[in-house]
Amino acid sequence: MISIIAFTILFLSGTLYFIYNISKVRANILLGRDDNRSDNKKERLRTMILVAFGQKKMFNRPIPALLHLFLYVAFVITQIELIEIVADGVSGNHRMFRNGLGGGYTFMVSFIEVLSVLAFVGTVFFLSRRNLLKLPRLNMKELAGWPKQDANLILVLEIILICFIFMMNGADEVLYNLGHSHYSSGIDGESSFNFLISSKLGPFLFGNLDVSTLHIIERIGWWGHILMVFTFLNYLPFSKHFHILLAFPVTYYSNLNKKGKFVNMDSVTNEVKLMLDPNSDPYAAQPESNSIQRFGAKDATDLTWKNLLDSYACTECGRCTSVCPANLTGKLLSPRKVMMDTRDRITEIGELKRKNGADYIDGKSLLGDYISEEEVWACTSCNACVQECPVNIDPLAILVDLRRFMVMEESKMPTELTGMLTNIENNGAPWQFSPSDRFNWAKED
Amino acid sequence: MTLKVPTMSEMLAEGKTPDILFWVGCSGSFDDRAKKITKAVVKILNHCNVNFAVLGTEESCSGDPARRAGNEFTFQMQALMNIQVLNGYEIKKIVTACPHCFNTLKNEYPELGGNYEVIHHTQLIQDLINIGKLVLADGGTFKGKKITFHDPCYLGRANDVFEAPRALIEKLDASLVEMKRCKTNGLCCGAGGAQMFKEAEKGDKEINVERTEDALETQANIIATGCPFCNTMLTDGVKNFNKEAEVLVLDVAELIANAAEL
Repeated sequence: MISIIAFTILFLSGTLYFIYNISKVRANILLGRDDNRSDNKKERLRTMILVAFGQKKMFNRPIPALLHLFLYVAFVITQIELIEIVADGVSGNHRMFRNGLGGGYTFMVSFIEVLSVLAFVGTVFFLSRRNLLKLPRLNMKELAGWPKQDANLILVLEIILICFIFMMNGADEVLYNLGHSHYSSGIDGESSFNFLISSKLGPFLFGNLDVSTLHIIERIGWWGHILMVFTFLNYLPFSKHFHILLAFPVTYYSNLNKKGKFVNMDSVTNEVKLMLDPNSDPYAAQPESNSIQRFGAKDATDLTWKNLLDSYACTECGRCTSVCPANLTGKLLSPRKVMMDTRDRITEIGELKRKNGADYIDGKSLLGDYISEEEVWACTSCNACVQECPVNIDPLAILVDLRRFMVMEESKMPTELTGMLTNIENNGAPWQFSPSDRFNWAKED
Repeated sequence: MTLKVPTMSEMLAEGKTPDILFWVGCSGSFDDRAKKITKAVVKILNHCNVNFAVLGTEESCSGDPARRAGNEFTFQMQALMNIQVLNGYEIKKIVTACPHCFNTLKNEYPELGGNYEVIHHTQLIQDLINIGKLVLADGGTFKGKKITFHDPCYLGRANDVFEAPRALIEKLDASLVEMKRCKTNGLCCGAGGAQMFKEAEKGDKEINVERTEDALETQANIIATGCPFCNTMLTDGVKNFNKEAEVLVLDVAELIANAAEL
């Protein structure tokens, strides 16, 4: 009875705290500007299924993709067993689904066990790649401190979780062999659960232990497993590991246009059309706009909700940075850092607003305090980062909005660009040539 | 051979309508190196009797570098003025040899009222060969040569045109060798996003040098590309390695014009 109460409390508090924290993240994301992405539902669904569910883009690098797939499938399939664990936990039963599912149950748990072993291999590989092989993109300076610890912590948690699964199933197997499992309604004459791995591993590890020790190990495994699941769940909203959930919405809301197309600023279109229209009345009342908005983005709240969703979905894998021409040639710009900075800043703004009221301003901004102008100007808009991202995150969109702010609000840009822009405005070419000479090439030899 | 380059205003005066507008672009009009590419395109168009015209002095910057630099006002001013001209002439189809103009005209003008079918010159040339209007001479200049193709970002990744330029190179009597970073994974030449017009930020290397290394690694005799900016950047990169005597940087249009002995 005590365990039923303890479990129910754990389950409810774990679930509620998770909901509380994701609603905070959701509120942070909604601090962003509007961006209508309700179109093309079919195409969006297709993209989500291919890119998030099918992990299509991961397979550009096959070995990490395969190991990542082990972790991913293990994670998804284990959720089925989790349903049983929750049912057992609140009802005080043990292996509730076994009677009903029979051979299907044995297959399911065996499948989970095999995936857990594969996930274990993957986790060890990922840990050693980070810490022993020191893969450059996973050891860059923007990862120093918390991001690096975050990554390692998740991997270690996963290893512990897998160990608990095998403690639980292994000890239960030996107990079942001895006729002491809590699972008592066994099939006649059967003395093993016949799970593919724990039926061997259990007797091997725990075969010599007495029944009371086995019960303790089994319970530690069971409670440890469910405790880790809730720890993990509640850790997600604070971690780069949030991508396991946000990969789905972020790919659903992917940019479906050609990558070269920049977002049109409609507010500018209205003004330019007025300027070009000889019949327009400059003194006519302007249509009411519902908010005073700056051009481009200075702070994270000037970005769109999609940009902010991108930042929370980023798992800091650094594939973007590893292909960025600016970063490859030693410039400060790192698209991954742009995403991390955006997330850190909007999280900070969200916290401050919750604490001090919606109008609170702390005097800091994304541009300047997090991302420097030098970083913004180093971008060649080549879209390599966008192409490379396994979940279609778009760092370029953020960089463009930061540029727009600097140029249109503050007239701050490298001096050569001022010249280039003046040339376009005065003579319709980025260089200082007369427009009347534009057709001379046809007459020259 | 004298080039026949009719302008839209001449065409209109004669009551004629061209099938396609050749958008020359600022580089193609003013940059000495890029003018050669423009002329190669015109030679091909003339040779195939394509009914085309240019805007001549009525053309103006597409606005691409202004938009990439963050100046939306200048971009939209340019775009709306160009659209007035293009719509005034009732232009339906445009070909251009500049991927930046290509991207802007094709993807960014429609929202501002300019709807045209826009193709890159490599796509047009591919069509001309496919329908038999353009025949390349046998065993031409490029026999036994190795050619590598550098994907311009705004043609390749940005607009998914990867095959047309390669199909053209394969028509030559040469072998196409790919760089380790190509197609969707192609590395930028360093000029995009208005970088063409400014010094690079502080770093330990120039992007065009990094990219030229990729190209030189293939042992190619010719680095082909389809963008006047890429052409400039890679030409500078080749000079940086003192290889300008051995390795040529050419536009695909120049290769084809050469092979067709135009």
